[in-house]
Amino acid sequence: MEQQKQFKYYVKAIYRLMMILFIMVGIITIGGIYLLIDPTLSVLKKNESNSTYLTTAEGNEDKIENGIHLRTGLVEAKGLMEVINNCTNCHSSKLIIQNRMTTERWVTTIRWMQKTQNLWDLGTNEEIIINYLVTNYPPKKKGRREILTNIEWYDLQD
Amino acid sequence: MKRRNFVKKAVLSSMVTVIGYDIVFGTIMPKGYKPLGLQGSDPYKMFKMDKEMVILNDKPWNIEAKAHLLDDKVTPNKYMFIRNNGLIPNTINTKNWTLTIDGESVVQKKVYTLAELKSKFNQYTYQLTLECGGNGRSEFDPPAKGNQWTVGAVSCAKWTGIRLRDLLEDAGIKDNAVYIGYHAIDTHLSMDPNKEPISRGVPVAKAFQDETLLAFKMNGEDIPLAHGYPLRLIAGGWPASVSGKWINRISLRNKVHDGTKMKGTAYRVPCEPISPGKKVSDEDMCIIESMPIKSLITYPKSGAMINEGKKLNIRGHAWAGELEVGKMEYSIDFGSTWEKCSIEKPVNRLAWQHFYATIDFPKKGYYEIWARATDTQGVSQPMILPGWNPKGYLNNACHRIAVKII
Repeated sequence: MEQQKQFKYYVKAIYRLMMILFIMVGIITIGGIYLLIDPTLSVLKKNESNSTYLTTAEGNEDKIENGIHLRTGLVEAKGLMEVINNCTNCHSSKLIIQNRMTTERWVTTIRWMQKTQNLWDLGTNEEIIINYLVTNYPPKKKGRREILTNIEWYDLQD
Repeated sequence: MKRRNFVKKAVLSSMVTVIGYDIVFGTIMPKGYKPLGLQGSDPYKMFKMDKEMVILNDKPWNIEAKAHLLDDKVTPNKYMFIRNNGLIPNTINTKNWTLTIDGESVVQKKVYTLAELKSKFNQYTYQLTLECGGNGRSEFDPPAKGNQWTVGAVSCAKWTGIRLRDLLEDAGIKDNAVYIGYHAIDTHLSMDPNKEPISRGVPVAKAFQDETLLAFKMNGEDIPLAHGYPLRLIAGGWPASVSGKWINRISLRNKVHDGTKMKGTAYRVPCEPISPGKKVSDEDMCIIESMPIKSLITYPKSGAMINEGKKLNIRGHAWAGELEVGKMEYSIDFGSTWEKCSIEKPVNRLAWQHFYATIDFPKKGYYEIWARATDTQGVSQPMILPGWNPKGYLNNACHRIAVKII
């Protein structure tokens, strides 16, 4: 009887130990999985503002509003991404938007950039890019002198 | 805190991709200091300029004033146009800054420290007109390639420095010297360290003028970084691209300087007049030297509405490249009749001159006030666009403002 009682006691002790081990493994596994998803444990921290550093990476880089690609100001049309990817590495898109050229003059400009400004061979993108430029930014007739426009009228008191 | 440091490090090293190059000792950069490349979010703060300045381009930075912002007799920094061909240097080490004089026509290559330049030579102050060769480009038809400047790529600040002549004489000039060419520390847009964004120059005769300076100061203070700190060549009356910024080397050449933007269509116009849009071969292009006669009405701002019977006082500046302005006129009837303005003498050679007039309007209605300057050789500004050229330089057509009498 004594021996049987002692045996039962050992079985219970082993069972308890096994349960504790099992629960601990469970907790570690769940914790581990959580750390994989959120390695910085951000849930435990109060609104610490790390957004100042990271906003640009998180924002939608290619958002388009009213037909304008917001980041670059370029018109949304066929060839937009080819222009962004090939033409805004060295200079700002503002330089593109300011200029109005014909196909012939864009070709000359591209050749000049390739010869002197380290622009690469555009391959099949060249035609797409030039089409985009002449379609969306065509030259405007100005004549020998334009009339004054966009005058902001104000009362002059003096 | 460690994570913070990591983020800071990561941000600084990612700036390598944003601004294109490594910031040495970026991690020990003083707290609160932001390198120029990162300040890009607000150029008005970065360049300490007025909110009304117009940004034409942000890579490279090209910013212009409007006519009414240029009303000051001496242009303050906040209204000064900024024209860059490459990227503004990120860090300037004045302690180790040197200026080398070299080239085929220097007796012996010589290196000067900034302190030597400041102590060894006499210093002079002049008010000098700097106008971008492409000022007014936006008006050309067919459109000319480049930043579309309207009227505001001109300034007349006070520059203090040493005469280039004194320095070149100290280094020793050979008889065969023809031209000088500058070199600077700015970075090419492609980040290629073997390329210079711009390296222009002037004939020896211009380099030897009293007013051609190697300047340390603008309007009595250290030159702002965007305008060439710590050393800028100033050659008033010529395209402002000749007035190189961040200078660290000047070459005395035995031929016309052949640096970047001295060839092709850059700062050159057809030697003989051409029809608009015509192609010109390189050998038929000539380097722009003196800028042409020009003027700007800086008061009032265009768009003024005035009560009938009231007189209007107008004012502005006029300049004539290497020459002086001899006569200044205005017209309120599209050039049918011209009235004289009073015009002051320049404070020194190559400084702009101020003009004034009081206008009586005959009746109510819409008017344009046109201003026309004439130089001492009798050459006037045209009312329509002058000769077309591939890059749209030298537009000196009359400036005009709109006025309503009510």
